[in-house]
Amino acid sequence: MRRLVELQTLLGPVVVVIAAALLGSVVSASNASYFTNALVNVAIVTALYLFIGNSGVLSFGHISFVALGAWTAGVLSVPVSEKPAIMPNLAHVLRDRTTGNLGSLALAALVGGVCALLVGLPLMRLSGLAAGIATFGILEITHNLLRYEEGIGPGLNTFSSVPETTGLRQAAIGALIGIAVAYAYARSRLGRLLRATREDPAAARAVGASVYRQRLIAFTISGAVAGLAGGLLVHLLPVNTESVYLDLTFITLAMLVVGGATSLWGAVVGALSVSALDSYLAVAENGTSLFGWHIDLPAGTRVIVVGVLMALVLILRPAGLTGGREFRLWPRSS
Amino acid sequence: MTLALLNIDYQTLADATALGAIYALMAVGIGLVFGVLRLVNFAYGQLVMAGAFALALASQWGWPVWAGIVLCFAAVLVLSALMDRLVFRPLRGHSPAVMLVATFAVAFLLQSIALLWFGALGKIATSLASLNRPVAIGGVEIRKITIVAVVVGVLCLAALTLLLERTTIGLHMRASSLDFQTARMLGVRANRVIGVAVLLSGALAAVVAVMLTVQNPLVTPDFALRDTIIVLAGVVLGGMNRLIPATLGGFSIGFATGLLGGALPTNQSQYIPSFVFGAVILVLLVRPGGLFTRGQAVERV
Repeated sequence: MRRLVELQTLLGPVVVVIAAALLGSVVSASNASYFTNALVNVAIVTALYLFIGNSGVLSFGHISFVALGAWTAGVLSVPVSEKPAIMPNLAHVLRDRTTGNLGSLALAALVGGVCALLVGLPLMRLSGLAAGIATFGILEITHNLLRYEEGIGPGLNTFSSVPETTGLRQAAIGALIGIAVAYAYARSRLGRLLRATREDPAAARAVGASVYRQRLIAFTISGAVAGLAGGLLVHLLPVNTESVYLDLTFITLAMLVVGGATSLWGAVVGALSVSALDSYLAVAENGTSLFGWHIDLPAGTRVIVVGVLMALVLILRPAGLTGGREFRLWPRSS
Repeated sequence: MTLALLNIDYQTLADATALGAIYALMAVGIGLVFGVLRLVNFAYGQLVMAGAFALALASQWGWPVWAGIVLCFAAVLVLSALMDRLVFRPLRGHSPAVMLVATFAVAFLLQSIALLWFGALGKIATSLASLNRPVAIGGVEIRKITIVAVVVGVLCLAALTLLLERTTIGLHMRASSLDFQTARMLGVRANRVIGVAVLLSGALAAVVAVMLTVQNPLVTPDFALRDTIIVLAGVVLGGMNRLIPATLGGFSIGFATGLLGGALPTNQSQYIPSFVFGAVILVLLVRPGGLFTRGQAVERV
């Protein structure tokens, strides 16, 4: 019975993700891509939640792992015949090899996890503002290196010719994997220890929890999920260094904050609702009609609306739309 | 000798000093608000951007230079006051991380408003372009703006030091940045101190806007964004908690990037951001309080 009660927190996220995927499969092909994109966002925000939500430490750096995942999957998926055209200076090791779809995604997750581990080793000693600035530094360094290191990717070019295998199904499975990992982690002993360090570092130390080690573990796992999400992203649309940089950092953090950073349910709700709003505004920027009103918003409106929404939620409801609580069918009796 | 080896001429040195002076002013602007609010204003660059657009509009309308500068100050000061009233004040007392995310949102908001208003191609501010012409000093050609930037930077810092050291409101501000709660108990008015800090920081942003538009007349929505990111790194590098270390940090990072950018060939200078942020992370790990502070640990949140 207790198991069932605990499993219900998984129910909400899983059901809305599947519902989004099903809804996406009945709309027109051009609109379906918005749903696919939203599901990839769910995977990214789940990764953010896994670290930020459980540890209470801010990270501006997770999009670096998304970027590294995208680069890994992208470089390994471009057909050998196309590589010289978009990546003329690619290192020899990478030039003659390609992997299948699944292989590229698995490697993207692996690279994301390993890089997060390496970055986390020194960085997880930091907290608060220092952690925010340092992880921002990681984002800058990753962006800078990917932009100019042409031995490992297209540099300033865009990843074209990557097989577009991320449809609704693959995106939904990716999002569900992210949710499952985040759920399992949050329910595990490790997750509980990390949340203990979030609530009271001194008390957590007193019962033997190492703040540093718990944060490092969460950072690594969430880096792997972010890497996987990056792999999904590069298989969805042509990615370049700018599409995995400040804008994506902003919008995914907004999703996490709007939904509620301290719960998986908040991450999923935030990702889907902000994606829905963002997609609707994107459509409206091209002209659409609602209840007979013709709406034609100027380009750029979407970021303004999302920015205002994020600021409002931060001010009026700092714990997010879900109040940072997990999904429950019935209120806790005790 | 070493200068010649590194391929640095006096012009590069002068330009680097000017960039350092401009970044020092931005660092003070960020540091002032941080002192009283414990808030890292990520949206500081957008204040500079707004001022730059005001200058561009003024030059497009054919206004005289002084009117353009007045418009620039007015726009930036109004925007700073609004930012304080609408965002900073409701968020007062939240964790630094929440406030950082909030200013991040404000930064994006302002940038997209600028995008909507002025378009991605931006506008050109030409009214002060004459300052870009070089003058010869002792056989070395130096652009006038370089001299202006250094002089203005020194004057602003001197005026600010006087204000902080010699006036009541300055005393209140210094007290608040040491311990806000105690300062309030001793009769320091929170809203006034914060308001003055925000306005001073806005005025500095306007000064920076004027000087940056001379260096780079093309004003786009992401104007000063990169500079802000680098200055933030410099402020952390120097030491966030005190104004003088923060200013030194801003100056050194501006000087260093200016020097490296001028001296290194492009295939090396393109990696400057990596070096800068690598250095920042290193400093955060080794001396969390900053390079130019004396042995105080940064607040562990």
